[in-house]
Amino acid sequence: MVRTIDRDEVRRLMEQGAQIVDVLPAREYGEDHLPGAVNLPLRKIEAEALRVLDPSRPVVVYCADPG
Amino acid sequence: MYDYRTGILDWKTAGLPVEGTNAQVPRLVDVVRRDVPTCSLGERLGDVRDRVVAAGWDACVVVSDGHVVLGLLRARELQADPQQLVDQVMRPGPSTYRPFVPVAELRGIMSDRNLESSPVTTSDGKLVGLVRRQDVGLGTIDP
Repeated sequence: MVRTIDRDEVRRLMEQGAQIVDVLPAREYGEDHLPGAVNLPLRKIEAEALRVLDPSRPVVVYCADPG
Repeated sequence: MYDYRTGILDWKTAGLPVEGTNAQVPRLVDVVRRDVPTCSLGERLGDVRDRVVAAGWDACVVVSDGHVVLGLLRARELQADPQQLVDQVMRPGPSTYRPFVPVAELRGIMSDRNLESSPVTTSDGKLVGLVRRQDVGLGTIDP
């Protein structure tokens, strides 16, 4: 179940130790990303999510914008 | 799992910090003056001017109740008839810029268009502050 959240909720979850996942290509992630975010580009996310992410902590994913 | 649907663009627009190779590029969020005076459409210009001068400014941003930018009173407009209402003299609908815009980009725009100042807003038009020419490394405009 994926729930859409806004900026304030992202900040709240960050403070609670959520894992922030940037699904943009590595080059864009390298230029700008949210503090502490890990990069899991969409094409790799299924293969690597279990290895990289802690299933016991909340996960917030984001890309560039709603487009 | 949570989806931050509006993404990093929304984050940067709010002026929140980011990491990465571009993080060190000076942005408007680093130079914007958040203490710029504001006023509403129905105020008398003379009252606004007194307040603006007392605060050490020569510009004022006209905002709605929700703090959305509606117009700008530059030094020139502030010198108009003090009995007029802000709505009658303001420069309506000024171009606004988001907090994540690089300072160098706005410097070019303000130089090309000979702008005295530029409001910085969130993506929904709410005022963040004002950037003056000197804030982006430009000299004052000759009268």
